[in-house]
Amino acid sequence: MAARRRRAGDGPGAQHLGEALPLERKLELYYWMRLTRTLEERLVALYRQTKVVGGLFRSLGQEADAVGSCYALESRDVMSPLIRNMGAMLVKGATPVEILKQYMAKGDSPTRGRELNIHFGDIGEAGKTRGFLGQISPLGDMVPVMAGVTMTFKMRGEDRVGLVYVGDGATSTGAFHEGINFAAVQKLPLVVIIENNGYAYSTPTHKQTAAKQFVDKAIGYGVHGEQVDGNDVLAVYDVTKRAVDRARAGEGVSLLELMTYRRKGHAEHDNQSYVPPGEIETWAEQNDPIDRFVRVLLDREKVPQATLDEIDARIHREVDAATDVAEAAPFPEPHDALIGVYADPPVERPLWYREGADVSGLGRERAEGWGTYDAAKGGAR
Amino acid sequence: MAEITYLEAIREALDEELQRDPNVFLMGEDIGAYGGAFKVTDGLLAKYGEQRVIDTPISEIAIVGAAAGAGHMGMRPVVEMQFIDFIANAYDMLTNYVATARYRAFLPCPMVVRGPSGGYVRGGPFHSQNPEAGFIHTPGLKVVYPATAEDAKGLMKAAIRDDDCVLFFEHKYLYRRVKGVMPAGDHVVPIGKARTAREGRDLSIITYAATVHKALEAAERLQAEDGLSVEVIDLRTLAPLDDEAIFATVRKTNRVLVVHEDTRTGGIAGEITARINETCFAHLDAPVLRVTAHDIPLPYAPALEDFVLPQVADIVTAARRLAAW
Repeated sequence: MAARRRRAGDGPGAQHLGEALPLERKLELYYWMRLTRTLEERLVALYRQTKVVGGLFRSLGQEADAVGSCYALESRDVMSPLIRNMGAMLVKGATPVEILKQYMAKGDSPTRGRELNIHFGDIGEAGKTRGFLGQISPLGDMVPVMAGVTMTFKMRGEDRVGLVYVGDGATSTGAFHEGINFAAVQKLPLVVIIENNGYAYSTPTHKQTAAKQFVDKAIGYGVHGEQVDGNDVLAVYDVTKRAVDRARAGEGVSLLELMTYRRKGHAEHDNQSYVPPGEIETWAEQNDPIDRFVRVLLDREKVPQATLDEIDARIHREVDAATDVAEAAPFPEPHDALIGVYADPPVERPLWYREGADVSGLGRERAEGWGTYDAAKGGAR
Repeated sequence: MAEITYLEAIREALDEELQRDPNVFLMGEDIGAYGGAFKVTDGLLAKYGEQRVIDTPISEIAIVGAAAGAGHMGMRPVVEMQFIDFIANAYDMLTNYVATARYRAFLPCPMVVRGPSGGYVRGGPFHSQNPEAGFIHTPGLKVVYPATAEDAKGLMKAAIRDDDCVLFFEHKYLYRRVKGVMPAGDHVVPIGKARTAREGRDLSIITYAATVHKALEAAERLQAEDGLSVEVIDLRTLAPLDDEAIFATVRKTNRVLVVHEDTRTGGIAGEITARINETCFAHLDAPVLRVTAHDIPLPYAPALEDFVLPQVADIVTAARRLAAW
């Protein structure tokens, strides 16, 4: 491995890296957070129009933790998001059109209709790929995988860092434990972010762990740990940037706990009946990350309101245009299901009863139509 | 050329591929300084260094997951399960993450997961398993299980060069009992092709791994005692199955016995039987029969293990019944 020296001014006690960002970069942070929220609001509308064919996952109230952390990466670095890190995906170069097509199961979506939502990636060579790796649904699995990605950086002496997100729930998995432990032992350039939003589906944090706080686990793994207000985008950037710089300097793994709150349910169908009354409202009124950052921009940075209004208007135009493109995109052809299980053979053979069969009607039935069989009417309907 | 063992053949394949391709590296528990529980990787740390022969924590999920991540980035990891029984710990990572990666997200996972497998060694319930059926069932994985030293080497080289994940089962009973002379040059055995281990006319035994040798012994006895000409097909690869080779032997002998050391229910014999039924039922003169392990966790005591696992006498008994149908 190429020797890497620690650069002066990187360590704790240095200036607040978030606050030190120039104004145009702070406005970029605002852009990404607002884009995240606006795009998700558009997805809600499409979901209600039944154009999103699967579940919809919101990050309302968590935009700062996703955007602020991923903003600390360089373009050559690789990030693996969790379901509530659409903001991180956008920062890393995923486009609204791609995300809309994914949710709408379009044939020219990044996964050609095979996978849902933000479960898609673009990783490989620096400069040729955007450097994000979509998660899979079993939680914690991306920690070992990102250990492997960053192990490759170390083996090849590449100046690249990995960032992987997990939720408070995923810390209870074996994959999380094995992955961070292995990465720590190997001293890999990996930042592990625990996004503590209070709930894993319906399970509150105190039923997830007996630890007082997740950042305490850093001691057990022998890695650097920090906890920060996840709804303060500049603070999130600050701790993540320092952890990324540590990783880049060869100082190994960091475990960051970002304190935030999940204001929507696990997915759009979830009515949050398990949440104590008033909790969501309190967070919405007092601790919205975008509201907080708007105050910083207006009051401290003296940004004119008109500047933010212009950004908002631009985002609406962009999301409108992306929606038009995504809605017009075709669905996959049924036979495309046979392509690409293996590199060799490149295509699977259909089962004999599908050879030459008319499959044009497949995919037309809506999932909501299931279970409506009426025996009284007899047979198919 | 000198004979080498099945185990040495695997080591030779690893050594040659490490030499040939700088993207190949090894990872596993105790594979470096100690050379592996069975010494398969003995000497490779000294030759290639700790960046390419990596001792890991006891973490099958992390080993397989990290291999997948490295595979995405263009590396070709070969990881060891110290005993293949422990692959169960990585079942999620293999079936949910690795197997689906290419299909769901166009992510290549060129990697080999290898490990000592199988019984007849008094290893007890956790050092004797044949968990291949659980993975054959999963689209996106390839599964090989060689019976000879030549195939162990040639299939390992093919597995390392394959662009998808290959599970490489090594039969520990065969590690030091089976020997062969390696063909000269770059010896690669293609994945997905069965081998005729013995030509015959009267009935066919389809099998793989250690029971290939049991079947060959049974075939000798059946020839000597019953005058039966028995064909033995060594599948070598279990996913994808070599349907052509299976159907060709059915059409040739019209009587088929499927033998495996894996447990009976859900074992690959059921799948092979179904494929024969669907495709060449008219060529059968008798129902397809199976000789397998009992559906029992593998016990330790020799008398118990030998009772549970298929033996030569069981194959002879079943073959006679098949021939007499």
